Amino acid sequence: MTGVTGPRLAVALDGAGWHPAAWREPEARPAELFTAGYWTELVRQAEDARLDFVTFEDFLSLRTPSESGARTDVTQPRLDAVLIASRVAPLTSHIGLVPTAVVTHTEPFHLSKAIATLDYVSTGRAGVRVQVSGSAEEFRHFGRRTPPAVDDLFDEAADYVEVLRRLWDSWEDDAEIRDVATGRFVDRDKLHYIDFEGRWFSVKGPSITPRPPQGQPLVAALAHNATAYRLAGRQADLVYVTPRDRTGSESILREVRAAETGSPLHVFADLVVFLDESSQTAADRKARLDERHDSESTSDAHVFTGTPAELADLLLDWHATGLSGFRLRPAVLPHDLAAITGGLVPELRGRGAFRTGYEASTLRGLLGLPRPANRYAA
Amino acid sequence: MTKPLKQIHLAAHFPGVNNTTVWSDPEAGSHIEFDSFVKLAQTAERAKFDFFFLAEGLRLREQNGRIYDLDVVGRPDTFTVLAALAAVTERLGLAGTINSTFNEPFEVARQFASLDHLSAGRAAWNVVTSWDAFTGENFRRGGFLPQDQRYSRAETFMRTTWELFDSWQGGEVLADKSSGRFLATPEAGTFAHHDQHFDIEGRFPVPRSPQGRPVILQAGDSEEGREFAAATADAIFTRHGTLEAGQAFYSDVKGRLAKYGRTERQLVIMPAATYVLADTDAEAHEKAHEVRLAQVSEQTAIKFLEQLWNTDLSAHDPNGPLPAFDPSVGENLISKGRASVRMYRDPVATAREWRALAEAKGLTSRELIIEVTGRQNFIGSPETVANTLNTLVQSDAADGFILVPHVTPGGLDDFATQVVPRLQERGVYREDYTGPTLRHHLGLAD
Repeated sequence: MTGVTGPRLAVALDGAGWHPAAWREPEARPAELFTAGYWTELVRQAEDARLDFVTFEDFLSLRTPSESGARTDVTQPRLDAVLIASRVAPLTSHIGLVPTAVVTHTEPFHLSKAIATLDYVSTGRAGVRVQVSGSAEEFRHFGRRTPPAVDDLFDEAADYVEVLRRLWDSWEDDAEIRDVATGRFVDRDKLHYIDFEGRWFSVKGPSITPRPPQGQPLVAALAHNATAYRLAGRQADLVYVTPRDRTGSESILREVRAAETGSPLHVFADLVVFLDESSQTAADRKARLDERHDSESTSDAHVFTGTPAELADLLLDWHATGLSGFRLRPAVLPHDLAAITGGLVPELRGRGAFRTGYEASTLRGLLGLPRPANRYAA
Repeated sequence: MTKPLKQIHLAAHFPGVNNTTVWSDPEAGSHIEFDSFVKLAQTAERAKFDFFFLAEGLRLREQNGRIYDLDVVGRPDTFTVLAALAAVTERLGLAGTINSTFNEPFEVARQFASLDHLSAGRAAWNVVTSWDAFTGENFRRGGFLPQDQRYSRAETFMRTTWELFDSWQGGEVLADKSSGRFLATPEAGTFAHHDQHFDIEGRFPVPRSPQGRPVILQAGDSEEGREFAAATADAIFTRHGTLEAGQAFYSDVKGRLAKYGRTERQLVIMPAATYVLADTDAEAHEKAHEVRLAQVSEQTAIKFLEQLWNTDLSAHDPNGPLPAFDPSVGENLISKGRASVRMYRDPVATAREWRALAEAKGLTSRELIIEVTGRQNFIGSPETVANTLNTLVQSDAADGFILVPHVTPGGLDDFATQVVPRLQERGVYREDYTGPTLRHHLGLAD
């Protein structure tokens, strides 16, 4: 971000938007949610505005972020987020792609190669948000009956990320040698067993996929409490947090910094946003959507209604507490994404607080993170 | 009355880990960078192939207790690379091998249904089972299955994924803004499956995909494999590429369909095939020999011998005769993660056959390996190859072929530009795709 000192910006894409009634808005395209074109268009829009990355939500069950249960008036179905990110990757060139993956029921070996492959198909723009699931419904989808204690789920997730990272390093960057004289395609001394043995599972390695372009794709986590800050502090590169105000941001940052055990974490605050030309219009729109949904929609994150200029004020104010950036959750797609890219971004640029062009071609590069050394290299 | 000409099916295989990919060829590109996959897939699509095929391996092979280092090794995740290829192709089917042993039905069904949506109806699944604890060491649920349970679990796995795909019949997504009904029913996606292998219930989160379910490919030559394929597969991937062997396999498997209430058109038989093209047949044979030499280096020849002999032969001279002693029988400890080792059911007998063959033809160890591992199906001028391939299909030795290039990613370019037009001239190969989905390409749409 040459010469730019403002916050970094990501956009969280989810269905027709984060408000459960978003799909009923006039501009919404709910019949296209399961087509590749829908996602490609949104991500390209975010890339045109030079946002750092987009995220894709996911669950291993039918539910919306704010509720579960069988309703026919919400858009619960969804496609696999890693595959959506991969489908979009060849059609974009600079923006980071960070799908969610549930780590409670999936195999770390499979996810490690999937994210490494996302890094290959996007030439260095992959990340993954690791999500723990304690949902009894999701346990039943995998033939499991009793979710363990939450602390155990988070400890298991920490082991899981450790396995992801070791597998990404299990090939040294120059393992492929193609040495015709000796007939060797790889130098086996540069391939490493990871020999992970933990309380819940063990994984031998090496990966079947060579080390990805970024070496270590970005690992992100969403965290609301001390247990989750500890997971992020131990294993993530970036954490999404949910302050309600400036003071909340300060206190969360203190907690997160205390939980850090490795290199410093990027901390992004999540905000649900309703953006319009006047703050009254935005508030009215939220009220109308709530009414349609028959209840006020709630969120784990602060819900902002107002103008792009008011949001810019808030972001710069909170950013001053030490946040790296923000992950904005558009309440309605494409409306609020268009307001972010067409309203907020120019507003921030006008204040010298957002990039005008991409300064790097990898996600780590955009976030100012170095390409990590390989833990197994001599 | 003459039999109407059959239409040939063709597919492209991006080879994974094997010794047939000639990585030393100056034309050989990256086998892991995405551009290579794009190049081969787009060549296949320009040539109107049915599908692009990707194999899978879930653990690096070992020999003599160390990682095998002579072959191309390292490959991408199947689902992820196929989803990305859907962005740079429009009609080509996207087929991937996914193991049913180290996955859960709910997860695999969700991924395939997603891939089918994201490719607008082009997904295919080559169902395989794993057989070894060696691979299981990479997975949290670890375990493997005894041979006799492999097909039982695989069959149940398939049936369970079917139930998940069918938990949406289509039409449940109303997305009606004015009435506020997104789903037609609150029960959409409800499933419950309880048996000895899978005990799952809940709601499947992906609406019915364009093909309903992915096209099912099946490899496997055993009695159980043939029966499984006849009962469940849309297409079979086999090794029987010659006329007699092909015809025998073809009539055997197609003969099993009726008892499952299926017709011959509902199962497409496509052996894997390699080829070498040149201007003349003689030049092609010369080139084919050079390819074989590159595929079986001196070091590779030794490694192949070790796999049968189950003994360290690092001191053996590849340019001399075969070892004079018999293979070590019992559990194969020398080679791990290699399916082909299981084919040597009687290693001592095989070794004797090899020795007799080598003596009769005066072959060195390396020449013998080149002889017995040879799988070049089509060698000749484009005219010759087009004729041979067409003859095999018209005489019911196959319905088409999955072509395996020996150089990636450009290894199918000559076939696409020189053989495909000749098949089109003969009226046995499509000029263009006639439908949007892989099921259409394979003639399975109705």
